[in-house]
Amino acid sequence: MSVHNQRMEYGKTLVELGKEDPRIVVLEADLGKSTQSCLFEAAFPERYFEMGIAEQNMTSFAGGLSLAEKIPFVNTFAVFAAGRAYDQLRQSIGTAGLNVKVVGSSAGFSDFGDGATHQSIDDLALMSAIPGMTVLSPCDGVETALAVRAAAALEGPVYIRLCRNDLEDIFPAETGYTIGEPVVLREGEDLVFFTTGVLAHGALQAADALEAEGIQAQVVHIPSLKPLHEESVLRLAQGKKGAVICEEHSLRGGLGMLLCYVLRNLPIQKEVLAVQDRYGQSASSQEELLKEYGLDASRMAEAALKIWKG
Amino acid sequence: MEERILNLQRKANLLRKDVVEMIGVGKAGHLGGSCSLAEIVSVLYFSKMRHDPANPKMPDRDRLILSKGHAGLIQYAALAECGYFPKEWLQRLKRLGSPLQGHPDMRKVPGIEANTGSLGQGVSLAAGLAAGLRMEYPQAKVYAVVGDGELAEGQLWEAFMAAAAYGLDTLRVIVDCNGLQATGATSERFPIPRLQEKLEAFGFCTFSIDGHDIPQILRALKEADSVKGRPTAILAHTVKGKGISFAENNAAFHNGTMTQEQYETALRELEEKEGDSL
Repeated sequence: MSVHNQRMEYGKTLVELGKEDPRIVVLEADLGKSTQSCLFEAAFPERYFEMGIAEQNMTSFAGGLSLAEKIPFVNTFAVFAAGRAYDQLRQSIGTAGLNVKVVGSSAGFSDFGDGATHQSIDDLALMSAIPGMTVLSPCDGVETALAVRAAAALEGPVYIRLCRNDLEDIFPAETGYTIGEPVVLREGEDLVFFTTGVLAHGALQAADALEAEGIQAQVVHIPSLKPLHEESVLRLAQGKKGAVICEEHSLRGGLGMLLCYVLRNLPIQKEVLAVQDRYGQSASSQEELLKEYGLDASRMAEAALKIWKG
Repeated sequence: MEERILNLQRKANLLRKDVVEMIGVGKAGHLGGSCSLAEIVSVLYFSKMRHDPANPKMPDRDRLILSKGHAGLIQYAALAECGYFPKEWLQRLKRLGSPLQGHPDMRKVPGIEANTGSLGQGVSLAAGLAAGLRMEYPQAKVYAVVGDGELAEGQLWEAFMAAAAYGLDTLRVIVDCNGLQATGATSERFPIPRLQEKLEAFGFCTFSIDGHDIPQILRALKEADSVKGRPTAILAHTVKGKGISFAENNAAFHNGTMTQEQYETALRELEEKEGDSL
């Protein structure tokens, strides 16, 4: 199985889009080598705006570019993109529905070394709360390229959450990409894992472990927290004994609460694995943090077994 | 006085009257900071800016963004006077379902160029707009109005740096120096001294004018057109609540409520002024 990096796929896709559409412009706050927006800078320096370490101005400035019919992509770490510039996104971009794409890089625990200030565990909640904001959370590099293209084609504000580290390819590109539509990564009749972002990888491992015990777990990736095709989620959950919902994000305002709401009238058991009321911290790998916060494959399998045996 | 100047002064007073009528009796409204801008907004819409009310989205038009979005009432009045929308809309300011929100919404009102209201963001929007427009329409100008109290917002200074770094010479920042913010005198509440020096140091070409003197406004805007390679800032010294005796220099009318008597006084004074200038 091949491995790709979401940041790299993002940067390459941005360059492709830049060739196809002169309206694409890119803004950066001095993290271009991390976010890989540097690829666009090299290809289209006249359409690249280094805005200095000033995320608030960068974000509103992007709003201004969109008022001139450009399609701006705003780049920085997710924790700053969604947090530092939240007011700018809510007030001048969100309320006007401006055509701005915000790419939150190094999201979740993927910037494992830098600690709590650099680990976005609340970006999905913040972005989902903005009316009209599309919120995408791809699971691998393959999907990232598709999500970025879909975001560029969509008129309106979009947030895209990206992981810093290499990921195995798991997205079934042949099925295409539709914003809002859940994607089945593995079939199974007994239980279902709903995940978003990189936790699909852990869920696939958990499903393998459960199969060894004779339990068939389906793995469903939610590529978009908003919009979300709720009827598809309901259809996939129907007939299962239970659902385990996993996210590299705070319990508050993330996928778990969202799906518990979507599935509120479905009489199945639900378990949510999410970051409790805690900040992140420094560690030597993303995997180490996922384990510390109860989001690793073995914890997912345990949660599924609990439902199965319960 | 030259007829053109007189006409602009009449327009300014007419807009003030519209603002008073929009707010009405017993309801809070941003009277002071709207009235301080009446001449500037009149000069822009009725003389300086290239724009077409019949074609509000004309791509190469000049734009005005009020970063101090609470003064949107004066912009509504000007847009209605230009014919962007029926004057009847003014009667429904801030009512449920009305296009005229308490702070401007570009999706609801033709002629409004951006959503502002959260202070400190308008110059960033205007700078991005200027940077985008100059790729195809280098002649299009972007005017951004900020309040002097608003200058405490740090994002404005980020935007000033960016405007200078990108040499945005189609951007004109107009500072409405009316000296008052919601809770009192700016010089006492949160002083920002040596503003002109600061803006020069940030890379702006600056002008300091009487913001109610129409020839001075016209002259500064004309001179700004010949500035190349850097943005322009016009420090417009104004009187908050200008034209209405009880509201002039009175922070209580930042977002105050008029009694029936005050309402009638305001309209009478503005009508008298109109008569004076004729």
